[in-house]
Amino acid sequence: MTVRTPDTGTEHKGTGPEAGDRGPGPVKVRLDVNGVRRDVEIEPRVSLLGALRDELQLTGAKRGCDQGTCGACTVWVDGRRVLACLTLAITCEDAEVTTVEGLAAPDGSGDGQLHAMQEEFIRHDAFQCGYCTPGQIMSAVGCVREGHAGDDREIKEWMSGNICRCAAYPHIRAAIRAARDRV
Amino acid sequence: MRPISYLRAEGTDAVDSALRAVGGDPGSDFLAGGTTEVDLLRQNVLGPRRLVDINRLPLADIEDLPDGGLRIGALARMSEVASSPAVQERFPLVSRALVLGASAQLRHMASMGGNMMQRVRCGYYRDGESPCNKREPGAGCAALAGVSRNHAVLGTSEHCIATHPSDVAVPLVALDARIHTRTLEGEHTYAIDDFFLEPGDAPHREHPLTHGELITAIEVPALPMARRSLYLKVRDRESYEFALVSVAAAIEVRDGKVSGVRIALGGVGTRPWRARRAEDALVGGPATTKSFDLAARAELAVARTTPMNAFKPELARRTLVRALETLTADGSPS
Repeated sequence: MTVRTPDTGTEHKGTGPEAGDRGPGPVKVRLDVNGVRRDVEIEPRVSLLGALRDELQLTGAKRGCDQGTCGACTVWVDGRRVLACLTLAITCEDAEVTTVEGLAAPDGSGDGQLHAMQEEFIRHDAFQCGYCTPGQIMSAVGCVREGHAGDDREIKEWMSGNICRCAAYPHIRAAIRAARDRV
Repeated sequence: MRPISYLRAEGTDAVDSALRAVGGDPGSDFLAGGTTEVDLLRQNVLGPRRLVDINRLPLADIEDLPDGGLRIGALARMSEVASSPAVQERFPLVSRALVLGASAQLRHMASMGGNMMQRVRCGYYRDGESPCNKREPGAGCAALAGVSRNHAVLGTSEHCIATHPSDVAVPLVALDARIHTRTLEGEHTYAIDDFFLEPGDAPHREHPLTHGELITAIEVPALPMARRSLYLKVRDRESYEFALVSVAAAIEVRDGKVSGVRIALGGVGTRPWRARRAEDALVGGPATTKSFDLAARAELAVARTTPMNAFKPELARRTLVRALETLTADGSPS
């Protein structure tokens, strides 16, 4: 077995199962977030959500329930929408992580060109307090890409993992319908 | 959450390395999708000191078997299995059960092997504090006299009434699936009936697996009548909720008589519940609502309820009858 140890760049081969052990103290973990490679020094128990928010200051993904039931922490790992609170950051080495901060296209102005889904969320007033919105948007783009935004009934089912405490659901569905053909 | 160390198994002999790492250390556990495990680590319900990440092991394929069956790799994700054309065509009850479980995000994460190993959703197990014979053998069961609306009515014991939470395990039980595993000693195969254990007087023992035994695949044997099958799920809200009652069913009718039938129930058993009494009552008899009703009653006669879940046998009867009516009515399972 070959075990990668990114903090030294060396490889340990076949010297037994303990050779690649990392932690429990802080170890260097290399993440690829929104197209940028970033090294963080974290314990293996740190979630992807914790690494994004507390180490990389990417606070778009929100800590809602922290137990996989609210969807506020939804990000993409290798293009698939997942829950950052139930993902350990150390398992994401070699994966591409995308957060809501990586959704807008850079245009040189500093803010970038908003993604179609972001524009439609604004246009349709698809939030009140906004806390769940980054998760809703990341999930909504996934929902469209997966081909499950055909009608309201389908959007409801395939967006059910994102809870909105303000109950902006009708507007969220309207935004997704509007963005559907632009994503 | 307690501190943990981490080992990623990868490379050419990664499977054996993972088996050695976990098998040789009682403090190590496998980590796949993590959707149950990370949650329970954070609650301090599970306490391994090291996780061995198996996500890179080459166990994610969904393969056709020559006889029309399927071999689903243990690391195939729920969403991948649900959208597989082979699964949708040959085993729509499996695809449907997967799509009706969890949320889109969780289905992208959760592995099929992990689904078989998921822990119960009983609040007394998960709070890490209440008396629970699963978490701490001999401690007692807080659910017996506690909040038990979602708890089981079949296969219970005086030591545990937690419901098995899986949706997809229900059709797999109906289909006589086989669970393939590996240890350092070699490969093993379990009939799915032998894989999920009733609590009896040892609720902490949910599977026959030894520590460090790794699920490698789930084999679904061919069953032509499963092409017309369904999974009907009844719950407190329409989506993203565990079943109060669910039914996986496939039925074959010739000349008005039931020539073959497979039924399993979810949400009501301490394990995914194969309804053999109902099946036996149906085979050879007429495919009528009356016989569906009698079969359902035969299965549920042994139900043991609490004051809070006394509605379940009747709900299960109705759901089972509706499932069979739907399958036999016009050939268009919903």
